[in-house]
Amino acid sequence: MPVRLQTVAILALLILAATLPGYLGTAATQRFAIDMMVKLVFVIGLSIFVSNTGVLSFGHAAFASIAAYSAAWFTVPPITKKVFLPDLPAWIIGTDLGLWGGMAVGMALAALCGLVIGIAVVRLAGIGASIATLAFLAIVYTTFSHATGLTKGTASLIGLPLVVGLPTATAVALAALAVAALFSASSVGLMLRASREDEVAASASGIAVRALRLVAFVLSAAVVGASGVLQGHAIGILSVGQFYLELTFLTLAMLVIGGQRSLSGAVVGAIAISFIAELLRMLAGGITVFGLAIPQMPGLREVGLAVIMLGVLMLRPKGITGNREFSLPRWLGGGTKRRESR
Amino acid sequence: MTWFVQALVDATSIGSIYALTALGIGLIFGIMRLINFAHAEFITIAAYVVMLTIAFGFPVALFAAAAGVLILALLSERLAFRPVRGADPSTLLITSFALSYLLQNTLVLIFGARPSGLNILPELSQPILIGGVRLPIIHLVTIAVTVLLLAATGAFLRKTRMGIEMRAAAADFEMARLLGIRANRVIAAAFGLSGVLATAAAILYVAQTGVVEPRLGLHLALIGFVATVVGGMGSLPGAVLGGLAVGMVTVFLQVLLPADLRPYREAFVYLAVILVLVLRPQGLFRPASARERV
Repeated sequence: MPVRLQTVAILALLILAATLPGYLGTAATQRFAIDMMVKLVFVIGLSIFVSNTGVLSFGHAAFASIAAYSAAWFTVPPITKKVFLPDLPAWIIGTDLGLWGGMAVGMALAALCGLVIGIAVVRLAGIGASIATLAFLAIVYTTFSHATGLTKGTASLIGLPLVVGLPTATAVALAALAVAALFSASSVGLMLRASREDEVAASASGIAVRALRLVAFVLSAAVVGASGVLQGHAIGILSVGQFYLELTFLTLAMLVIGGQRSLSGAVVGAIAISFIAELLRMLAGGITVFGLAIPQMPGLREVGLAVIMLGVLMLRPKGITGNREFSLPRWLGGGTKRRESR
Repeated sequence: MTWFVQALVDATSIGSIYALTALGIGLIFGIMRLINFAHAEFITIAAYVVMLTIAFGFPVALFAAAAGVLILALLSERLAFRPVRGADPSTLLITSFALSYLLQNTLVLIFGARPSGLNILPELSQPILIGGVRLPIIHLVTIAVTVLLLAATGAFLRKTRMGIEMRAAAADFEMARLLGIRANRVIAAAFGLSGVLATAAAILYVAQTGVVEPRLGLHLALIGFVATVVGGMGSLPGAVLGGLAVGMVTVFLQVLLPADLRPYREAFVYLAVILVLVLRPQGLFRPASARERV
């Protein structure tokens, strides 16, 4: 089912409602809301490829990484760059583009890398494509970990200007939503979903499956790149480890738990898991219940998250939304229940 | 010439451990089309069991680890994978990802994230000299144990009823079920065997590195997936050869790359993987059953 205007409106309202805790005033809730928007942009970007093509990608964290670092090359103050990133070319050290310029550079570079690796990925089917993206993630991680002159390696790169607040992050999330909805509603989106359901029949009907998948891959790399740029400029610190298996797992889980074949699934999954993870984080940080102090338990958040995920996968293997898109008639009990197969 | 022999032994020894890991992953993949990320934690947990029981002597520790991981593998099949069996491959994948994350962080919860030292068999770390080449005994032991285990697994798959049923299920699961093979039993047996192979890989790996930490299995399992896919999806000899090949490429890159590129060795290994996938999408050693049916 194509994403309709009302679906986008419902999802946009849902996103705005989810950010409300961020305006409660405390720094912690604001940080939480910003982080949720960052993850949301990532998952929406990931869903542009995964939802429309049905091919699972493990490599998108690498695009966030590439974009985050390349944006930082253009936003960190020149003096700091000279000290921390001595291997950058002189013209980059001297250039300061600000957040939006940096984001444009980051997204462009992520898209370019997406184009190069995408050419390989779209030639492969199913599991082979997923493993190729995993290999790409490992390549970017290893390279960035050791290219200390460009990234500070496994140490943290500090000094990114803290220019991303909650309104900025929310705006980018809504923009990502619009891009994903437009793409899904376009003829390219429709043809891709046809090839997702039956690749052979789709190619027999004249759909250039590989070329269209490449388009989706590049677009999704760019949007995920925007998420990486937001993350860097929201917390001011970048480290290579932020963009590896942990992030891959978390974002994929958000997508699958929400419902990996619909945009509504991506949005719902990202928001639901963010809230659950935050609750668990507070528990793991140690709390006092009725005078009984529960000590800090590192690892508890992750364990709880994994248990919830396994539960959802067993009870609702198609995710919370069951791969459907939200629409008003369905909620009001009227209209027909339409959905794409599987 | 000595450097070459030395590198060859290193490569075969590392490749052996990769091959054992890839075989453990390949067994499950062949039957269920499940890439089992939790294999990483089967390996890690085997190492932790050895650490906890090594005080009672090596044979006890070996037995405890094998038994522990066998039970873990059977339990995870029963509790996590059976409920989602038949779901689409990406759901299976995410399930195993979630299980892996769960087990890994349970280890963090119990033991903390910091690595601890573990010297399993100190006498094996001594090198011996053969014709001017220094060979650590552990490398030779690793190779020997791997050859034995591979031969035993091969015999099991060819000669026993359960093994033949397993190969039938890997070739065509639906057909095998129609012919009266019990799905639950075959899959449980595959998980059990996979757990035993994980134990062997864990012990050999820790005997070489001497360190135990919650993320220990992750690196091995990543290589294992890659090896399974590169070797030919669903082909067990392919998985073994794939593991050996990755080991060879890794060690020879370490030796042959110029010093300033050496830290990027892993990146080159994974680049080679992508190249193989693009040039031979069905893997290096493709079984007839892996061809996609329309």
